[in-house]
Amino acid sequence: MKDKRLVIYAVISVVLLLSPLFLNAYWVDVLNNVGLYTILALSLNIILGHAGLFHMGHAAFYALGAYTTAIINTTYHIPILWLLPVSGLVAGLAALVVARPIIHLRGDYLLIVTIGFVEIVRIALVNNVFGITGGSNGIFGINRPILFGWKINKPWEFFYLIWGFAAVTIFLFNRLENSRFGRALNFLREDDVAAEGSGINTAHYKLIAFVIGAFWAGMVGNIFAAKMTIIAPESFNFWESVVLFMIVLLGGRGSIRGVILGAFLVLGLPEIFRQFATARMLIFGAFMVAMMIFRTEGILPPLPRKYPIAKMLGREGSA
Amino acid sequence: MELFIQQLTNGLAVGGIYALIALGYTMVYGVLKLINFAHGDLFTIGAYLGLTLLTTLGLTNYLGPFGVVIVLALMVMGLVAIVGAALERVAYRPLRQSHRLSAVVSALGASIFFQNAVMLIYGARYKVYPHDILPRTAIHIFGLDIPLIRLLMLLTSIVMMIGLYLFIQRTKIGTAIRAAAIDQGAAKLMGINVDRVIMIVFLIGPALGGAAGLMVGLYYGQINFTMGWLYGLKAFTAAILGGIGNIPGAMVGGLLLGVIEAMGAAYISIAWKDAIAFCVLIIILIVRPTGLLGERVAEKI
Amino acid sequence: MTTLLSLKNLTKRFGGLVAVDHVNFDVEAGAIVGLIGPNGAGKTTVFNLITGNYRPDEGDVIFDNQSIKTLPTHKIVSLGIARTFQTIRLFHKLAAIENVLAGCHCRMQSGSLAAMFRTPTQRREEHQALQTALKELEFVGLQSQADQLAENLSYGNQRLLEIARALATQPRFIILDEPAGGMNNQETAALIQTIRNIRDRGITVLLIEHDMSLVMEACEQLVVIENGAKIAEGDPQAIQSDPKVIEAYLGTDEE
Repeated sequence: MKDKRLVIYAVISVVLLLSPLFLNAYWVDVLNNVGLYTILALSLNIILGHAGLFHMGHAAFYALGAYTTAIINTTYHIPILWLLPVSGLVAGLAALVVARPIIHLRGDYLLIVTIGFVEIVRIALVNNVFGITGGSNGIFGINRPILFGWKINKPWEFFYLIWGFAAVTIFLFNRLENSRFGRALNFLREDDVAAEGSGINTAHYKLIAFVIGAFWAGMVGNIFAAKMTIIAPESFNFWESVVLFMIVLLGGRGSIRGVILGAFLVLGLPEIFRQFATARMLIFGAFMVAMMIFRTEGILPPLPRKYPIAKMLGREGSA
Repeated sequence: MELFIQQLTNGLAVGGIYALIALGYTMVYGVLKLINFAHGDLFTIGAYLGLTLLTTLGLTNYLGPFGVVIVLALMVMGLVAIVGAALERVAYRPLRQSHRLSAVVSALGASIFFQNAVMLIYGARYKVYPHDILPRTAIHIFGLDIPLIRLLMLLTSIVMMIGLYLFIQRTKIGTAIRAAAIDQGAAKLMGINVDRVIMIVFLIGPALGGAAGLMVGLYYGQINFTMGWLYGLKAFTAAILGGIGNIPGAMVGGLLLGVIEAMGAAYISIAWKDAIAFCVLIIILIVRPTGLLGERVAEKI
Repeated sequence: MTTLLSLKNLTKRFGGLVAVDHVNFDVEAGAIVGLIGPNGAGKTTVFNLITGNYRPDEGDVIFDNQSIKTLPTHKIVSLGIARTFQTIRLFHKLAAIENVLAGCHCRMQSGSLAAMFRTPTQRREEHQALQTALKELEFVGLQSQADQLAENLSYGNQRLLEIARALATQPRFIILDEPAGGMNNQETAALIQTIRNIRDRGITVLLIEHDMSLVMEACEQLVVIENGAKIAEGDPQAIQSDPKVIEAYLGTDEE
């Protein structure tokens, strides 16, 4: 039932919206992390979920966005939120340059290359490349964001910034999914040759999927840098990419609601069961294997797109 | 010149390790067309099992240094082979008929599982191997002191590689493995038990990987639960470099990568050592994805 | 009559094997042409060379007075050449209507930004594409199954869905690779009518088919290839009595 589903979504949204009122700062911060990973995973979902490109280097784009903001903000004191699009742009351009030569690689090869890419970026950051990344200590003293004169400082303030951004992302990505663009990504995921043979420029769409995903990851990097005020290469290592990958796979490739659920499960559950926190990755590893064997499509796979077919065929009284 | 030769021997010794691990990747890829992401962690398990057996069995009381190493190696190889076969049974066999990438994700999950299992059992800190197992002597060649253990490592890996090569080329089981790698369906029709072939591959590959883990423990003296990831990735690079699915390719690729890395560390920058291997990987995949010894295959439409 | 497609000395080698060997033939605009030959003769390879899935080693493909041998497949489609696949290549997990919308793609403009901001042009275009897609489904008689997953359609209907997807690209030239494969007699008879209807829309048809009743009934001109080389060309009656063709088929192919 569509109405029932809408009611559930509305209730969840309202509870989430009001949660800072009855949660302490610690739990609000947990929700903030869930929010950041939700947006990151949604951006990865464009590449991995919709286009089916096995990309495990998403943390690299996230890092590029965070470092762009950190470097420009600490050097030129440009306000954080002005740097939001700049961070996105830098990450998106990097994606354009990096993805072009590797876009034609087969699934598992692409996976390996993107792992190599994220490691090269991390090593470059640790080695203080161009003398601007601060080496393994990273960069500190990043400003807080100021939104319409309001300085965002406390966890609950970040909560509304992050989840506001998440809401915009969900809204826009939902539209993106239900469009010529979103369909094209699904076609090439299902069958590359048939998509190209149907007139779809598959290489172009794969590239654009990378650029959009990276652009968003870069913007999340901006907010992350402002939230932490200090960033270091270890925040962007390979395992961050693995966590994002897991969120999308467990939640459901190509499914916005699945990805959101995935972010809550992967980040939220270890907080609730703290005694198992060290075994978190062990459990997820085992879960990934079980998932592939018993439920390949994830917990909440995407719903089929709806088209007003009945209405358009109505003139003949059929269907 | 001295630096060059030191780095060359060092590179070849490490390259031998890469080659041993790469063989596991390449054999599995050959028959299943699957990148066994958990293979690097089998290598880690080999290193940790070696340490446990070494410290608990007290082999040094009964045997000389080489006897200890040989017995230890056989035990580690046997145990890791069992883990490898179990991995195949649990995580890969149920996915034999599914989409190729499902198996890749399953492999990744298995890798995460193994790595964290090792961490939970042994702890997250570095573990130290006893120093006195093998004599720390050096050999004089060309007026240089080359550590004996380095030469032994290279020698051991070459002996294992030649052994494997002969096994694959000369025995009936080896022929069956090669047949299954070319066409599983046809191999089945010729009466080859493909399930058994796959199981054998998952015994041999992990055994070699486990041996490599033990060798790293003995050579460097310390091990960590994450080491399989980096070694695994580099060994995979070696397999790609030589041409994945190609057994001599993995050997050549491993030794070559070891030398490239050692030279890069010496003459470019040690801080970028790991990045050099990844750059090699990316360049190879872009320029010649079939590797040095691989063949081109046209995609059927 | 003008020549729409012209193959000139087309050659393709796979290693030592010459899959297509200096093949020449022309397709007139508005014709229905059959490409026949024993299994493994190189027919599908010829199709793949026309559609840019393979690159020829020698020779050229001229479509509408323009060489297309170096163009990527999607460009060739937007120039007006559509195809179906011998091994059905639908998007199995997507609805029939979405499969046809894939064909509409190359006649649409709006990109990712237009989709995010849902501009009026984008909305109009989506609506039009949906209409086109439904029209093509109707054309092949599948409108009642528009929201079924492609994988749930019967084998024959999957072949028809591939034709609808190809037609949705608004081609001038359509290439059908064994369209009757897996169809029963009744479905094949309907298919012959559909192929004629396609031609009546002004679309030139080139097809590979093993079902000789379909070939003889539907095609006006036949090209026969064996071992990658053209051995005969002409109208169905002439081909049927051509000794070289009879020799090629005897004992090598069941139809």
